[in-house]
Amino acid sequence: MSPISQIGEIFPVLVQGLNTTILILITSAFFSFLVAFIAGFGRLSKNIILRKCTGFFVEIFRGTSLIIQLFWFFYALPILFGIDLGSEFWACVIAISMNYGAYMSETVRGSILSVSHGQTEAAIALNMSRFQRMKIVILPQAIRMMLPEFGNYLIQMLKATSLISLVGLADIVYKGQLYTNTNLSATPTVYLLILVFYFMIALPLIGLTKWAEKQSSKGVASQ
Amino acid sequence: MWNWDMFFGSLPMVFKGMWVTLGVTIACYLFAMVFGFVWVFLKRIPFKPIQWIVSIILEFIRSTPPLVQLFFLFFGLPMVPYIGVSLSPLTVAVIGLGVHFSTYISEIYRSGIESVDKGQWEASIALNLSVKDKWIKVILPQAIPPTIPMLGNYLIIMFKEVPLTSTVGVAGMLFMADKFGARNWAYLEPYTLVAIFFLLLSYPSAVLIKKLENKLNRRFDKKAPLGAKNLKKGVAIDG
Repeated sequence: MSPISQIGEIFPVLVQGLNTTILILITSAFFSFLVAFIAGFGRLSKNIILRKCTGFFVEIFRGTSLIIQLFWFFYALPILFGIDLGSEFWACVIAISMNYGAYMSETVRGSILSVSHGQTEAAIALNMSRFQRMKIVILPQAIRMMLPEFGNYLIQMLKATSLISLVGLADIVYKGQLYTNTNLSATPTVYLLILVFYFMIALPLIGLTKWAEKQSSKGVASQ
Repeated sequence: MWNWDMFFGSLPMVFKGMWVTLGVTIACYLFAMVFGFVWVFLKRIPFKPIQWIVSIILEFIRSTPPLVQLFFLFFGLPMVPYIGVSLSPLTVAVIGLGVHFSTYISEIYRSGIESVDKGQWEASIALNLSVKDKWIKVILPQAIPPTIPMLGNYLIIMFKEVPLTSTVGVAGMLFMADKFGARNWAYLEPYTLVAIFFLLLSYPSAVLIKKLENKLNRRFDKKAPLGAKNLKKGVAIDG
């Protein structure tokens, strides 16, 4: 079989899995932002118990690797607590978003801390409440600084979504593997094409990150 | 339910896997450290098309999943007509992860090299140093040490990526836990044990590297080098 017609045959097979990959990416990106902000603010809280607890959570998820967390959520959690997460989909989303949420919470914390202290002082001088200070003065500047890091993490997350094929979710890798089982000679083409697929999804994210890098330093009073 | 017998039963196997995981981590890391230089020098070739091609290749390797790269090397490469070779799981792990992380490490090297003062480059030209002497005696000794903490962080990141290699059959911790799980039909305890091992190994190293970073930051701070240290006595140095 010529390579061109081979690609023509593999392409539609992989497209079937594209849906799952992108859906997982978007869902876990959303939840990891959520986790990142909750954990990031938790670590900046005045309440020492809250601070320690979130610190513990973050270190647990940063200290072990995603693949182990994924397997743990998938195989261990249902046995241990009798919690059935409902579907493989949610087990994967929870594992990815907890893991990357923990990493990104460090970005959130770091960015908020690196907004110049003078800004806080000015906000106090303007008689703003703690909440107002954060919402009107600090966060708008901090978020700008977070953007490029978040872009990088999005690319990392995209790469991480390939792991879900290991627990049997029908993403690009899974579909490709299924195809190679019956067409052994096409294996190199299939995996190369999968790599190209990921690269194509990553390209807009790379562009976004480059753009964010340009934006990040505008209008920010950093130390 | 939780079974302590299974927990302690899996301990010897997982412990044995730990040495493999550590060994593979170090092998991959050394490979990446050496290969990182290759990218740096390829990118410095003063011919634009080559630079573009190298940039695209770097971006490609960096933004595609290491898992698929491993699969390609392990399952795909032997099937390539004419040039196909079949590699052992260990070789696949070292080359796959090594090349993947070398792209990140080359970025670190580049930042280190770019931060070397321009005067140093000029001085080595003025002293008529050969290219080899310029790099080995002047530039690299100044470029690399400040990047050690960053390199260390990547060692930890890589350590956490190594379990991926269990999918191609490297008998690390995760592989051993899988094996134990399949034999005794107990996955909860071995997986938890693996997670604990990872935490025990990576958290202290992260703390250590943080400390090293603070120390090196003081040493390589261009604004306040060693001589200025006494001025800062009694002042809390944060970082």
